[in-house]
Amino acid sequence: MTFTTHTGNRGLVLEEKLIFEQGQPGRTGVDLPEPKGTKTRFGGLDRDEDVGLPGLSEPQVVRHFTRMSQKNFGIDSGFFPLGSCTMKHNPRLNEKVARLPGLSDLHPMQPESTVQGALELIDQCAHWLLVLTGMPAVSMSPAAGAQGELCGMMAIRAALDARGENRRRVLVPESAHGTNPATAAACGFTVDSIPATEDGRVDLAAFEAKLGDDVAGIMLTNPNTCGLFERDVRKIADLVHEAGGYFYCDGANFNAIVGRVRPADLGIDAMHINLHKTFSTPHGGGGPGSGPVVFSDALAPYAPIPYVVCNDNGFHLVETADEKDGNKPFGRLKGFHGQMGMFIRALTYMKSHGADGLRQASGDAVLNANYLLARLKDKLSVAFPGYCMHEALFDDSFLKDTGVSTLDFAKAIIDEGFHPMTMYFPLVVHGALLIEPTETETKESIDQFCDALLSLVAKAESGEAEFFKNAPYLTPRRRLDETAAARKPVLRWKPETA
Amino acid sequence: MRYLPLTRADRAAMLEAIGASSVDELYSDVPDGALLDAPVDLPSHLGEMQVERDMMALAAKNVGASSVPSFLGAGAYRHHVPATVDYIIQRGEFLTAYTPYQPEIAQGTLQYLFEFQTQVASITGMDVANASMWDGATSCAEAVLMACRATRRKKAVLSGGVHPHYREVTETYCQYSDTEVAGRDGNPEQQASVEELNDLIDDQTACVVVQYPDVFGRVQDHTQLAEVCHAKGALLVVVFTEAVAFGAIKSPGSFGADIVCGEGQSIGNALNYGGPYVGLFATTQKLVRQMPGRLCGETVDQDGKRGFVLTLSTREQHIRREKATSNICTNSGLCSLAFTVHMSLLGEDGYRRLATLNHENACKAADALDAVPGVTVVNDSFFNEFTVKLTKPAAAVVETLVSKGVLGGVPLSRLYPNRSDLDNYLLIAVTETNTDEDIAALADALKEALA
Repeated sequence: MTFTTHTGNRGLVLEEKLIFEQGQPGRTGVDLPEPKGTKTRFGGLDRDEDVGLPGLSEPQVVRHFTRMSQKNFGIDSGFFPLGSCTMKHNPRLNEKVARLPGLSDLHPMQPESTVQGALELIDQCAHWLLVLTGMPAVSMSPAAGAQGELCGMMAIRAALDARGENRRRVLVPESAHGTNPATAAACGFTVDSIPATEDGRVDLAAFEAKLGDDVAGIMLTNPNTCGLFERDVRKIADLVHEAGGYFYCDGANFNAIVGRVRPADLGIDAMHINLHKTFSTPHGGGGPGSGPVVFSDALAPYAPIPYVVCNDNGFHLVETADEKDGNKPFGRLKGFHGQMGMFIRALTYMKSHGADGLRQASGDAVLNANYLLARLKDKLSVAFPGYCMHEALFDDSFLKDTGVSTLDFAKAIIDEGFHPMTMYFPLVVHGALLIEPTETETKESIDQFCDALLSLVAKAESGEAEFFKNAPYLTPRRRLDETAAARKPVLRWKPETA
Repeated sequence: MRYLPLTRADRAAMLEAIGASSVDELYSDVPDGALLDAPVDLPSHLGEMQVERDMMALAAKNVGASSVPSFLGAGAYRHHVPATVDYIIQRGEFLTAYTPYQPEIAQGTLQYLFEFQTQVASITGMDVANASMWDGATSCAEAVLMACRATRRKKAVLSGGVHPHYREVTETYCQYSDTEVAGRDGNPEQQASVEELNDLIDDQTACVVVQYPDVFGRVQDHTQLAEVCHAKGALLVVVFTEAVAFGAIKSPGSFGADIVCGEGQSIGNALNYGGPYVGLFATTQKLVRQMPGRLCGETVDQDGKRGFVLTLSTREQHIRREKATSNICTNSGLCSLAFTVHMSLLGEDGYRRLATLNHENACKAADALDAVPGVTVVNDSFFNEFTVKLTKPAAAVVETLVSKGVLGGVPLSRLYPNRSDLDNYLLIAVTETNTDEDIAALADALKEALA
């Protein structure tokens, strides 16, 4: 039965105004002592204009954000098979440990003698990453995956400069994340695209043909964004090295191979690791992330400041490029020392799993994805043949002649109570649907998801395109008008003018 | 393993459905010899209790900033964070959500981003703000790159008052894009004049970057500088490290700044030994399409109800690839939620009062320290942080203070390792968290250390 309510609320789904529409002058959610009226020392720059913030009590604020949270889908809510994002369970132990006062309440400029445990923690986290990748060096600085890419590519630029070589072309497969070409461009490189083969890998012949003495290197995601292991990865490494370039590996999909394949054994020179994907630090609605970068011996000297070293006096943080240790850092990437809060969570996760559990996790991630692939392959169109790694890629040919697009199909999945898969990425596949179940999902939930998808395929085939075009129906908001939002952007609340 | 639900029976059934004999078979594309047949050389899994014990042992080797009188700032500030903030950001619907690419089931994230953008624009006095950057230093670098795009020029002039980390990150970001970063290191005894900066502006200058309050704590009016910049076709970028300040001092927008960006950690976020923090980034309506990062905008849904979406994404890497305004993807989502919740609790009255209390405590500390033999307060103006000159090298004095149980400030030699002329200067931050007893402890300890 559908009917309108007086309030606009629908049972547990409550409408919530903006915080700016709820305030009352004189209300506050904090109790601070009365100022004494000291004469200010602002050089005459006292703020005389209002800030324009609304006043609310604490219970109002709690209710406001609680109601808003109920309009969000998270991993805690349900199955979240968003390909290339590794939406695995985020353990609450990580959150508890990250809030220990001896870890969260440290100022980044405290004297080293008062933060030996923090430096040791960074060093331990680095050690786990080095053993898991087999690489000799790591920079813990980068704030997220994209900054990790910047870190790796700047090290390559610095190494080339040190060699006195003016190589400026970077080879990037068509299937790459958008951050790859954006990063290469930010480092002053030009991007040369490599096509994919029929089976979703780098076209080795095309790649080889593009090599030359102006090639700085390749940025290759492995396992790649089609969810496949690059069979020729060693050959690619050898060829790029022979041509005098470097091999940057995008480690976004490291979750598939942790504890089973060491990137060092594949011949890479640099790789970032998304701690917010592979090592379970929460995505938090878009961040914060953390993107440590492992380096080969060839690039290690160019890693940015700061970095932690251990000597006779304990742990020491190198914060200047002038330390006489033979390194030639290319610079500094962010304020202070990296995403400490994420190191704590990632180390807690790694210790919880141990070497055995991490190996089990990657195996289960790949098993879950292949099981899902097996269950769906007859009804959805598999993009490439063979086993997949941690995610399964489909194209939209199964929707051909139904009038249903990938977008429509994904929106209908929302009504079934799942977060949709990644849509329209990678770009090498038409109408891509990229599904990554992760290892923390049960067989039962994968089965339920597959059953739901198969029922939707049947519905699409039975000519119910109109149903799909208007989905979702049961969400706090229906499809939103993105065109209108972009045409005349309203990016902030403003008081109504009388 | 407690996070892994598959049973032995599940795995067998799934392998059978797949038609594979083992999990290793699924890795058959891995080159010969690269597939490990045993766990790597790291410890085995541990139960929750053991992991917690391990991590607590590491925590115990540190001195928590709140466990002793503490006066450290220089880009990160200790403030009281209300309990509500941490409760809200730990709600799973926020904590475990992804970037809101499916707006129908992400209105919670999108609405708070819209509120966050409005709050940031309001405190900075600007038209619009984005949905956050990684931190203050990277925001500064992105502001310079944005100014270069907007003006089609290739040079940035950085005032000596800009935090050295912000300068270093900006130099790092600019070094491979043919962008020149000009301007000298600062001097705590003498502020850069408008004339001095004016001389550095030429027809290739995209922007002048000043910090407000500056790295030494000084509060300076930049209205005239904005006019000078605009007369020469350059933009004025104002960066900041202390977001609480704008509850008491004039907003950078009121100077005529074109881009205002900086660190938002002070509101809602713990010190976390330097990260994660939250970069705030605001600009004018005119420049909005040059902005880096995500933007949330208002729209309506199919039923005509107000809703929010990520918008203007044709600026971004996932659409524009090598032509994007920035390579940023993941930002500081949850830290911006912490900011929004704390700011919502504060409201107009709380924000203004918090700023006033910071300043009053700093005034109290400045007077107490100025009375200590061997200590001279350098600043004429400040918000909650100021520079003092000591009769001994500050780094050694700070070590002595540690032995007396006081975290006594940041020696400028830590920020400027190559500037021996700054060895005797100490940067002192005082917030609402510092008690009268803290200030007395610092004054007493300094007196002994300098005797």
